[in-house]
Amino acid sequence: MTELQARGVVKAYGPTPALRGITLDVAEGEIVAVTGPSGCGKSTLLYCLAGILRPDAGQVTWRGERIDTWSEAARSRLRRTEFGVLFQFGQLVPELTAAENVALPLLLAGTGRRAGRTAALAWLDRLGVADLADTRPGEMSGGQQQRCALARALVTEPRVLFADEPTGALDTLAGEQVLGHLVRLSREQRTTVVLVTHEPRVAGYADREVMLRDGVVDGTGLGIEVPSSGGPGRSTGGLGLLVGDAGAGSVQDGLR
Amino acid sequence: MIGVSTPHVLLGLLAQGSRHGYELKRAHDQRLPRARPLAFGQVYATLGRLQRDGLVAPAGQDRDGGPDRTTYALTGAGRDALDLWLAEVEPPLPYVTSTLFAKVLVALLVADAERAREYLVAQRRAHTDRLRELTAVKTDPSATLDDVVAADFAIAHLDADLRWLHTTLERVADWHREVHS
Repeated sequence: MTELQARGVVKAYGPTPALRGITLDVAEGEIVAVTGPSGCGKSTLLYCLAGILRPDAGQVTWRGERIDTWSEAARSRLRRTEFGVLFQFGQLVPELTAAENVALPLLLAGTGRRAGRTAALAWLDRLGVADLADTRPGEMSGGQQQRCALARALVTEPRVLFADEPTGALDTLAGEQVLGHLVRLSREQRTTVVLVTHEPRVAGYADREVMLRDGVVDGTGLGIEVPSSGGPGRSTGGLGLLVGDAGAGSVQDGLR
Repeated sequence: MIGVSTPHVLLGLLAQGSRHGYELKRAHDQRLPRARPLAFGQVYATLGRLQRDGLVAPAGQDRDGGPDRTTYALTGAGRDALDLWLAEVEPPLPYVTSTLFAKVLVALLVADAERAREYLVAQRRAHTDRLRELTAVKTDPSATLDDVVAADFAIAHLDADLRWLHTTLERVADWHREVHS
């Protein structure tokens, strides 16, 4: 089953285009990494898929239902119940303990305090941070905070987890531990994951990689345009041949 | 793996206690899971050289129902040689000797645009596939510490290659924009 679908999604910030017609399908239970250089539009795509931003044109469909036309309230409800979101850092409420932070989405959805705490403790345990239940974020390491944030994103057992550079603020080992948990738990729950990253090694955790470049999906996976037409670039020496005319660029041209 | 010093690895394995050739081969393949498996012939030839140099010595026969198998032990000189090797700093490798580097440069120099592009696309795919494969190896719940550490090493190098491929392409495109604008 197709979990998420984008069709010709366009989004601009003022005069600056961020997405210039993205078409993408994500299957149920699939882990997709959206990669590409800074400013390629990958975070904007994630926000459009998660219903945080509304595209200027095109369609976003979740399980066959078009969600980009929904009201802010309806999309917000969808995000609370069916979607989980994990950002780079700074998502935990500093005044609340880890358990209170993790229980927050459940309390907002009407779960009782006691049941919320029980569920939060179980999730903290699955992420190996049960001993931090009554600790506030300020007293935790970055990796511990991110595990709590992941527990909070998963506590509602969402259908889709959106993660925007979830390890960007962590050292390699702490980042890998977070990713290891994220992938393992998502597989166990059959949660679909859209993971935005600029790091090849993070993309290695996904089933599939979708690379963006300047707001479009880059089919070559190179993340950069290597122009295949234009002048032979005589003045550019050997390198010019890569970016020069495809037909004209032979070995002889290169040595000319 | 290029440049693995088999004699020193064997000395290191013997530092944990005496073993015979077959045990050494098994321990080697287990401790260095992503290195090329050691051939038996290589184990015995290396042990022979180490014995000749006084770094290991026969420490008895292990019959175990089968043919006689000589166990080897580290000598004092062998321990010193191992300590010396471990203390010696490895020169940071000049990766400009890599075939990948050479191929990309030559592609940029002589190939036509379409061929260079095809090569880079295929190379990137191969690297990414391998990266994903190794990530699966190390995130497998049954992975040992040796598996994880070996996969980490390979992943770090693939990751570096991929970053370099991207940076190179960006540089070429940037430079092209400047020249043609």
